[in-house]
Amino acid sequence: MNMRMSAAGGFGERSLEIIRELKHLEGPMLPILHAIQDEFGYIPEEVKPLIASELNLSRAEVHGVVTFYHDFRSHSAGRHVLKLCRAEACQAMGSDQVADRARQLLGIDFHQTTLDGAVTLEPVFCLGLCACAPAAMLDGDVYGRVDDQVLSEMVAEARR
Amino acid sequence: MSLIHEIDYGTPASWSEAQVTLTIDGRAITVPEGTSIMRASMEAGIQVPKLCATDMVDAFGSCRLCLVEIEGRNGTPASCTTPVMPGMVVHTQTGRLKDIRRGVMELYISDHPLDCLTCAANGDCELQDMAGAVGLRDVRYGYEGDNHVRARTHGEANAQWMPKDESNPYFTYDPSKCIVCSRCVRACEEVQGTFALTIEGRGFDSRVSPGVHENFLESECVSCGACVQACPTATLTEKSVISIGQPEHSAVTTCAYCGVGCSFKAEMRGEELVRMVPWKDGQANRGHSCVKGRFAYGYATHRDRILNPMIREKISDPWREVTWEEAFSHVASEFRRIQYQYGRESIGGITSSRCTNEETYLVQKLIRAGFGNNNVDTCARVCHSPTGYGLGQAFGTSAGTQNFDSVEHTDVVIVIGANPTDGHPVFASRLKKRLRQGAKLIVIDPRRIDLVKTPHVEASYHLPLQPGTNVAVLTALAHVIVTEGLFDEAFIRERCDWSEFEDWASFVAEAQHSPEETEKFTGVPAELVRGAARLYARGGNGAIYYGLGVTEHSQGSTTVMAIANLAMATGNLGRPGVGVNPLRGQNNVQGACDMGSFPHELPGYRHISDDATRDVFEKIWGVTLNSEPGLRIPNMLDAAVEGTFKGIYIQGEDILQSDPDTKHVSAGLAAMECVVVHDLFLNETANYAHVFLPGSTFLEKDGTFTNAERRINRVRKVMSPKNGFADWEVTQKLAQAMGLNWTYEHPSQIMDEIASTTPSFAGVSYDYLEKIGSVQWPCNETYPVGSPIMHVDGFVRGRGKFIRTEYVATDERTGPRFPLLLTTGRILSQYNVGAQTRRTDNVAWHGEDRLEVHPHDAEQRGIKDGDWIKLASRSGDTSLRALITDRVAPGVVYTTFHHPDTQANVITTDFSDWATNCPEYKVTAVQISPSNGPTEWQEDYTELSRLSRRIAGKMEAAE
Repeated sequence: MNMRMSAAGGFGERSLEIIRELKHLEGPMLPILHAIQDEFGYIPEEVKPLIASELNLSRAEVHGVVTFYHDFRSHSAGRHVLKLCRAEACQAMGSDQVADRARQLLGIDFHQTTLDGAVTLEPVFCLGLCACAPAAMLDGDVYGRVDDQVLSEMVAEARR
Repeated sequence: MSLIHEIDYGTPASWSEAQVTLTIDGRAITVPEGTSIMRASMEAGIQVPKLCATDMVDAFGSCRLCLVEIEGRNGTPASCTTPVMPGMVVHTQTGRLKDIRRGVMELYISDHPLDCLTCAANGDCELQDMAGAVGLRDVRYGYEGDNHVRARTHGEANAQWMPKDESNPYFTYDPSKCIVCSRCVRACEEVQGTFALTIEGRGFDSRVSPGVHENFLESECVSCGACVQACPTATLTEKSVISIGQPEHSAVTTCAYCGVGCSFKAEMRGEELVRMVPWKDGQANRGHSCVKGRFAYGYATHRDRILNPMIREKISDPWREVTWEEAFSHVASEFRRIQYQYGRESIGGITSSRCTNEETYLVQKLIRAGFGNNNVDTCARVCHSPTGYGLGQAFGTSAGTQNFDSVEHTDVVIVIGANPTDGHPVFASRLKKRLRQGAKLIVIDPRRIDLVKTPHVEASYHLPLQPGTNVAVLTALAHVIVTEGLFDEAFIRERCDWSEFEDWASFVAEAQHSPEETEKFTGVPAELVRGAARLYARGGNGAIYYGLGVTEHSQGSTTVMAIANLAMATGNLGRPGVGVNPLRGQNNVQGACDMGSFPHELPGYRHISDDATRDVFEKIWGVTLNSEPGLRIPNMLDAAVEGTFKGIYIQGEDILQSDPDTKHVSAGLAAMECVVVHDLFLNETANYAHVFLPGSTFLEKDGTFTNAERRINRVRKVMSPKNGFADWEVTQKLAQAMGLNWTYEHPSQIMDEIASTTPSFAGVSYDYLEKIGSVQWPCNETYPVGSPIMHVDGFVRGRGKFIRTEYVATDERTGPRFPLLLTTGRILSQYNVGAQTRRTDNVAWHGEDRLEVHPHDAEQRGIKDGDWIKLASRSGDTSLRALITDRVAPGVVYTTFHHPDTQANVITTDFSDWATNCPEYKVTAVQISPSNGPTEWQEDYTELSRLSRRIAGKMEAAE
């Protein structure tokens, strides 16, 4: 155990606390991964073997789950995360233009973070807001009928 | 001869008793309830196109190629995931299905390289077959879009492309050819039970990933080959197929590694072995394999193999190559001279557990009929002789009671002194499958073996006992079973001697055998013992599997009896799912024992002093047999040191490396005048030999092996012996040179002789084996189709015998000078003394023996991971590198013995089992200290080996 913890770098001790707190749940892997990401901002590579050993799974299984969900990150995001919906309904309502505008305003492409570390831009496939397309999400808050103005306000908010 | 094609039914068989009749493409077919439409179709002779389905793993339904139409149902359900229903009418080929399938194939092929002609799987590719089956003629989507196929697209690096992973020595992973059918992932999970593979990402990003995006060699992969076998494309391909090409004919044969005895198809091109593929009809392995049997056959053609007979006057001389005739006449005249000079008892021989039943039978026949004495022994002496003795006493036969299929019906498994995931990997996979289905596991082992906790498997109880205290722990388990009234009185009254039981029960019930008392010296907490006893006695079908951790002790035979007592007391014998199962170490150690390799027993475990038995053999062999038991291996060596034993014929065993107290073995061999070694390689024993007879591999001969479940399996010759003769021919020619009138032309005639003399083999013949595949002895008039499970209606000896098992501590004790206990074992990738596996690419996983030390003991002595350390016992010292791990308890150290330069047996003592002389390998008091490198003994020995391997006129043979 000691050896595994030291292999998990600075994350070991805290990760182990989180895992042990949640491992009794039915289907504990997703709650644990969420809690780890909440704690560190991403899923550190070194934590995967720790989860595997605590849940008696293989490293591969944990890796398979983590990589299946785009929301689990392998690196820290910026202070804010702006997600633009790229699914069919939003595309039909002009989300391509919104995306272009966002790239322009932030000076970055999807999956990138501004140099000041303020904003990470990400695509998302359907926020369930098709009726108010195009839709976006800033740090967990959703926005509908996103146009230039809404977008500018969101970016300004995030930049602050 | 042609390539054996096995039918792939697409999904596993259903074992339901209820039958269902349905119609598929106008044909009525009746199958067990729960069968998939895909499997039912195949049984009706209709092959539904498929990619993600194969009958080794459960249906998955991802490839969308096996769709069918069912009258009265909407849509096009997948035939692999849809079970049959009574009266169902299925169509497997309609216009709609054809269009869908062709469309699906177009999508697959639009992201697949079109290099079929130069692809290693050409001719053995299911994707290619399916493209043909669905009539794919065009790919409308083109090949230019996003893809995983090309390293660069439009002049830019393609982020989706991944290079080939060639890290595994035996197979490659080429992601560009992967269709993400998940067959490899599922095979790793369901068949092997390692869970080393996953699909990472999702959608178009989905890729097969070993571990956390590692390469295969660094991942959790154990290289069993199940994924390679499952892969329908060239994504996972044997390197041998890449370099040679597709095989053109094959023969079913039996693996020559461990006692599981897996059946393989040896797939050939001419006389070149292309690959070994596990055979689905193999009843021991059911289509599975491990890294050794599947891949580690390269030793058969290794340059170290000696192909010409050799002689030398003194062991300090270089070897001189001679003709076979010269070798045979030299041995014959030397043996006759020695017997004339020192007496008839002055020579003997050792049979091989690596050779076939027929070969073993001939060697003991040569000794008994030709040498005129009973100085024959075998390596089972140093492994499972206590099993033979202990089970013989308790049940009346000295073999395991079950077949391997039995594990599928087990509810509680006790594993004692065995490490199946390393030693018997294919059985371990079958066991893990059962454990994942909910069976419970109890591990009794000083070391935390993998089974104690491995993905999806966790032992309910691990009893980490002090090495050498097996009897005390087992008697404590019996104490709980008796005192808490957990025994099966009805079974005992019906099958066993009740008064013997009462005597035994009063013995184990004594207070000093309680878990609370034994805890003081076994180190196992009493609560664990009590919990384990209750679970085994009351948890349903209880089965005990054990290995050399039971037998290789001064109380090995007592431990085996204690195991038999437990099984009888709880009624766990005589039906599927229960029993007492020794996991035999070598491919044919069961057979070697059956064939009369012990000095006191003729074939079929009949004592040499029995006049009727001797009479049977005397009539056929035309000689008078000596009725006195001969010498055991350790006695032969003692006699050699004393000067009364002067010559030995050793077939396929390396006693210098595998037997205890190396210095004593070497002194014994050095004192002999004619040591004849018959082996593939100049092994360590050959350093002391005067004559070397080159041996042949299992690929080069016909014969039979008998595995741990008493299964007699055929070994089939697929190439000519490189040395000129199969081993049975060499023994025959030696016998002829000594004046014996042997005229066997084929091993089947030897088996006929065995059948005619040995009641438990009476029904065995090559014709019969050809017909039914394999058979478990006893096979005779009473059991015409063999005996998968023994003692069904009663014990072979009549009534089962309870025997008191008093714990006597070994004389080997720790003290101030030697405060640690050394125990030994093996590792997955290497086999026994390593003569074969060290000459294969398996060294990629285990290049040297390491000493496992607990962090506490290491810290006290200032030892760090990877440091050279000196390991010393009362017998000797050696050095090797440390591996710091908490798998071993404080006070216990552990090593493997696969590498001759480690010479772990320099350390082990000459203490042995009281009944059978089986050496006490598993307990040696030792001390460890930091060291700079190899000890003086190791350096001297390396020099001796170099000198003794010189062959006149040749470059020095490099080890």
